[in-house]
Order: sequence, then structure tokens, then C-alpha cells
Amino acid sequence: MTGEGTAKAVITYRQALNDALRAELSRDKNVILLGEEIGIFEGSYKITAGLLAEFGPERVRDTPIAEEGFVGAAIGAAMLGMRPVVEIMTLNFSLIAMDQIVNHAAKIHGMFGGQTPVPMVIRMPGGGGQQLAATHSQNLEVWFAHVPGLKVVAPSNPADAKALLLASIRDNDPVIFLENLSLYNTKGEVPDGEHVAEIGKAAVALEGTDLTVISYSRATTVALQVARQLAGEGISVEVVDLRSLRPLDRETVCASVRKTSRAVVLEDDWLSYGIGAEISATLMEGAFDYLDAPVRRVAAAEVPLPYAKPLELAALPDANDLIKVIRELLDATGFSPAAGHPIDTAT
Amino acid sequence: MPEVVMPRLSDTMEEGVLSRWLKKEGDTVRQGEVIGEIDTDKATMELESFDDGILEKLLVPEGTTVAIGQPLAVIGDGSGTVPPVEAAPEAPGIDPSTGPVPAPPESRPAQAPSDARADAGARRLLSSPLARREAARHGLDPATITGTGPGGRIVRADVEAAIAAAETEQPQPQRQAPPAAAGREPAVTPSSAQDSVEVPLSQMRRVTAHRLTESAAAPHFYLTVVVAVDALFRFRSEVNERFADQDVKVSVTDLLVRACAATLRRHPHVNSSWAGDKILAHQKINIGVAVALDEGLMVPVVTGADTKSLDRIATETRSLAEKARTGTLKLHEFSGGTFTISNLGMFGIDNFTAVINPPEAAILAVGAATDEPYAHDGELHSRRVMKITMTSDHRVLDGATAAAFLSDLKRTLEDPLRIVI
Repeated sequence: MTGEGTAKAVITYRQALNDALRAELSRDKNVILLGEEIGIFEGSYKITAGLLAEFGPERVRDTPIAEEGFVGAAIGAAMLGMRPVVEIMTLNFSLIAMDQIVNHAAKIHGMFGGQTPVPMVIRMPGGGGQQLAATHSQNLEVWFAHVPGLKVVAPSNPADAKALLLASIRDNDPVIFLENLSLYNTKGEVPDGEHVAEIGKAAVALEGTDLTVISYSRATTVALQVARQLAGEGISVEVVDLRSLRPLDRETVCASVRKTSRAVVLEDDWLSYGIGAEISATLMEGAFDYLDAPVRRVAAAEVPLPYAKPLELAALPDANDLIKVIRELLDATGFSPAAGHPIDTAT
Repeated sequence: MPEVVMPRLSDTMEEGVLSRWLKKEGDTVRQGEVIGEIDTDKATMELESFDDGILEKLLVPEGTTVAIGQPLAVIGDGSGTVPPVEAAPEAPGIDPSTGPVPAPPESRPAQAPSDARADAGARRLLSSPLARREAARHGLDPATITGTGPGGRIVRADVEAAIAAAETEQPQPQRQAPPAAAGREPAVTPSSAQDSVEVPLSQMRRVTAHRLTESAAAPHFYLTVVVAVDALFRFRSEVNERFADQDVKVSVTDLLVRACAATLRRHPHVNSSWAGDKILAHQKINIGVAVALDEGLMVPVVTGADTKSLDRIATETRSLAEKARTGTLKLHEFSGGTFTISNLGMFGIDNFTAVINPPEAAILAVGAATDEPYAHDGELHSRRVMKITMTSDHRVLDGATAAAFLSDLKRTLEDPLRIVI
């Protein structure tokens, strides 16, 4: 981190992204923005508000409705020294550009003998809960996190959103920057000045001793809410916010569970083959002897997300789902609030 | 094939006696239905079914002592295909002899797996990785530990309980015979069998022994004061006479409960517990009153005693003692105490020392009120006195702290109006 000044402002996640884009456009002439409706219309979710007026149509480019085309164009620009930041209107439309992302952006640096890196960012919001129906409510982060050659970040709060977007734009690898529709209006403290995150570092968002909840993006906000609620019952929940899905900070996850000996993964995406599965495997490899019970996962129901509001809410994981699983896990390990204490992890 | 296992019914329970089956094999049972009764260390409780189905097999006869988490019965679909579940071994201990059969699947895909009990096939020793590690670190054989997790899995809490139990038993020789010898050893019969009769331990006796042995590990010290109680007895008579029409009947013990509670409020250190790496200062003042029963000792608790009026304390202690005698005390009525009073005055005991009721830091032993002569202004008088002795856990309390409490308590008892403040 580099930084000056310790003052903080409370701003929205949306504003934090806008601030980061403006700062990088100002700092580096090679940074350009591409995407549908990002210029005159200022973005479907107003992340690029004011940027066309400030930086002009050469650097803030409205593109045709052709994801494969403009992602491909950005890859070419990146190979020639630009730092393009692409907005795909929602993550669901990235499916049309998958060949460009997986077969080109992720592989060019390796396949052509390291002649040129591909320093680009693809920003896109995902997530359900907005009654946008099955094809417009997906997460799909594992599609990208599975692919070597890509970096994938998924910040949960405004400060991380800003610091990680700065880091992503400056990174020499293609970075998939995952936003979430329901986070755009959330507020949080963001330190003034330039703070650049290190991609690949998880954060202990809340310290605790009895149980670890591992989550990322919107799910972290749910985990924190649940942790604060359970603290009132004498249950000390540690929340690990992954922030980066590739590279994955396995050590921070394992260190936390070696301390608490109980782990729950909360994710917005479907359960099977998900981030939770990867975290479970990570804990088997890195914290097996410290687990007092199997790792538990809380995820979305494995159905195309329904449009009808009650069905949509039932399918998505929420605070009550998490609390239920936490209680089951505590019961299975004979937990009592007074007796809960960390074990000696030094030996 | 869901198994019904011995549930944990109180915080001190380690095993229970399946005293009565209320259903028989072949009966249809529903979730939540009472299928049997369990005598725990403190009370008789109901055994509920957690599943719907047919009660296919009762694994233990009535009167069997079974460790927490061990199977009692099998509920199935009525097809009678009961897997070969072995009956629970007598507690403590789990049979470690069966081979390496794969553990039942811990999780069904997609949703919560919390209940591994459902697939108890052949038995093997289940333990969490952390429990195994902790057991190894303390040189304990997992086979000697009773598991209370799903399906009888040994979890860290069980290992910690075993470590604590082992510590209190240290002076004794190794209780567990080596596994190789265990099978061949005949039941031990003392050679002097005709001179002594074996009395089987009741649950209450077993727990009393266990808890008080635990208590013996704490460094104790004893302080005694003599309290002049003429005023206290006058006060009691006056209260009982004045409010007789309201059915108020206050005993000396009730006055002691209220006096201790009021004094503890001024001495929060005494209202604390030793908790290994810290001291817990309790915010509520809950006074336990030892009640002697034919089969042992119970300590029902008057919670928040410093906030309750004398007549309310009197009503509560009477009702709690009655429940203790009839074995109907509920868990919350005999747990959570922060200080205990043991009164043997009615048995004519002048003075005695009581054993601390862990994890409390102190206990007050109350002797009988007796008349004694004393000199005042060169003349001989008679007065009634009572000796009270406080046992303190030196890890929590020092002599001066305990003495300050005790002299304040004496002052309160000798000037009984202070009791009602």
C-alpha cells in the first residue's frame, strides 16, 4: 500500500469505483474505458458517470452491443501497451465473450513466449435478488477463477473496491473485476488518497475465536451481520473476506480455521463445484488436524434462479440460512459460549 | 436408518440410565414423541424421538447405563432390515475393536448434513481430526473417550472433558486396563465379599463423587467466625408473626440466603469462578442451597437472590427443596449457582467445613445456634451464637478478601435490618 493522509470519507461502492476510474484515467494516459452505454448514458449502473465529459470520447468509448468484439479489441489494445478497462453491462453477457477471455486474454502472455503481457481489466456486476430472472442473475465467478492466466477479484466494500480497482488497472495480467448489483448503493469508509491493494490477499474482516465464516463480495456483508448478531449470544465468529478468488489466499483461510477449528463457507453462487468446494479442499490440505467437524457450505439452491420474488428469496442464501448452519456446527462440536476458547496452535 | 442415542440432558451429565421404555419394538413413532425415560444424574427426563418411523429395535434393556451419544434404539421403515448395530457398551468407553469400515457419509450433497446418526452402519471409532490431535498431545487413547458429537463422534469438548477427568483422578492408579488384557480379566470380586456388600452407585452418587473429587483439586482455605444471633432469631420471629396472615414463613436459611446475597453485592470477588486461564466475575448473584436427600445431595439455586424479597426467597427455597426431594427439579433450577450455603444446624452440628461446589469460589457452612455465657461490663450474660465457616478457592480468593466478606456478613447477620436493604 502506498498512501498519504489518514482522513476517510463515507461513500458508496458505486462512488468508490467511479473515483478509482477517474484517478487512473488522470494518472496514466494509457488507461482507456470501453463498454456499452458507458459514455453518453454514463453506464447502466452509473459507474462511469461524468467520465466522458472529463476525459473525452477517445478514452471513454461507447461500443456496439458486441461483447466478443470489444473484449477482443481491448485485448489487442493491451498487447500494444494500452491499459483498457472494459465494462460488461452484466456478468451474464460475458458468456458471449468467453472465447476471448479464456482462450486469448488468459493465454497470450504464456503462449507467445512472454513477448507481451495483457494488462486489462474486465469489470462486471453479477448477483441475484433484483428479479432479473434466471439469465440475468448469475454469479459464475468459478468459471473465471478456474482459469490460470486470469486474476479474479470480488471486493465486498467500498474501500476494497477502490483499492482493488487501482491494483487491477496497474496489474500486468488480465483481471476479472467482479461487482455485485446489490452492493452498488452500500456505503463504507474509504480512506482519502491513493491506496493500492495487493491482489491475492484475503482480509480478516472481523476477528473471532469460535468459528470462521469464509465469504466474498455480497456474502461478506451477510456474514458480518450474522457475526455481530451472534456476538450478543457469546458466540465469537471470525469473518474472512477472500477479496481475491484467483490467486486465492489459502494461508489466511487456513490460519483462521487452525484457530477456530470450525468453518462455514457462505457463497451466493450454486453449491456444487463452487468456491466453497475449493475452500473445503484447501482446509483439508492446510488445516485438517485442526478441524473439529466437517466444513459446512451455505450456497444458493441449485436451480436457475426463479423470477417470482418469494421463490427468488427462497433460492438465495441469507442470514437465517447461515445462522442455522452455524448452530448445527456448534451443536455438533459440543460448543458452549463460556467454554469456547482457542486452542494452542503453536505445537 | 436413524438411531436414537443417549442425549445430553444436563451440563454435568456424562451418562444416563435408560430407566423405562414407553414404546415397544414395532410401534410407530413420530418426531417429538416420548419413547422412553432417562434417569440422569439429577432428574428423570423424557427421551424423545427425532424421527418418524417404526421402532424396529430396542438396543438396551431397561436399567442400562449408557454414555452420551451411544445408541439406544433404531427407527426404520418397518421392513425390519436393522443393520447390525451393537448395543451400547456400558459407559464409559466405546468398542474400538471393529475394523476399518468407511465412516458414514458426512454430508448429503446440497444441504445440511448435520445428522450423521442417520447412517450408523457398522460401528467404528469416530473422532474429529482436532480431537485426535488433542488426544495424542495429552497422551490419551481415543478409545477411552466417550464421543458426544454426531453419531458418537469424539470432538474436542470430549477430549477436554477426559483431560479434566484424568487430572482429578491422577492420584489413583490407571483406571483403564490395557486393551489386550481387558477381555480376559474376570469381574473383580473382593476376597472379603462376605464381609462387605456391593452397593451399586446411583447416578447422583456417581456425580457427587466426580464433582467433589474435582473440587478437591482446588487449593482450599477455611475461615470461621462466631455470629451472635439473638437479634437474627428475634427478627425472624417478628417477621413470621407480623406477616402470618400472608402465609409468610421465613427460615434461618432464607435469612442466610438473603444476607449472603446482599453481602456478595458488596464483595464481587467472592461471587466469581476459576476458569482455567481467567476468573469469571459473575454479574448475577445465584445462591445454591444444599439439600440432603436419602440418595444424595442436591443444590437447587435461588437466582438473582440479591434482587428478591425475603418472602419470595422463602417461597422459592421451600418449593425448590420439595422438588429436589421428589426428583422433579428442572435443569435450570439446579445450575448456574455462584455461591452455596450448606446448613447442618438442624442436625445439631456445631461447626464444620464444606467442600466447594465447583466452579464456585466459596461455600458457607452453617452450624447450629447454641447458647453461651459471655461477660459484659463485668457481669455474666448468656447469648445465642452460631459458627459459620467459609471454604474458599485460593486461586480466586485471598485470605484478606475472604475475611472482609465474612466479617461484613457477620455484621449483616448481627444487625438483621441490613438483610432487607
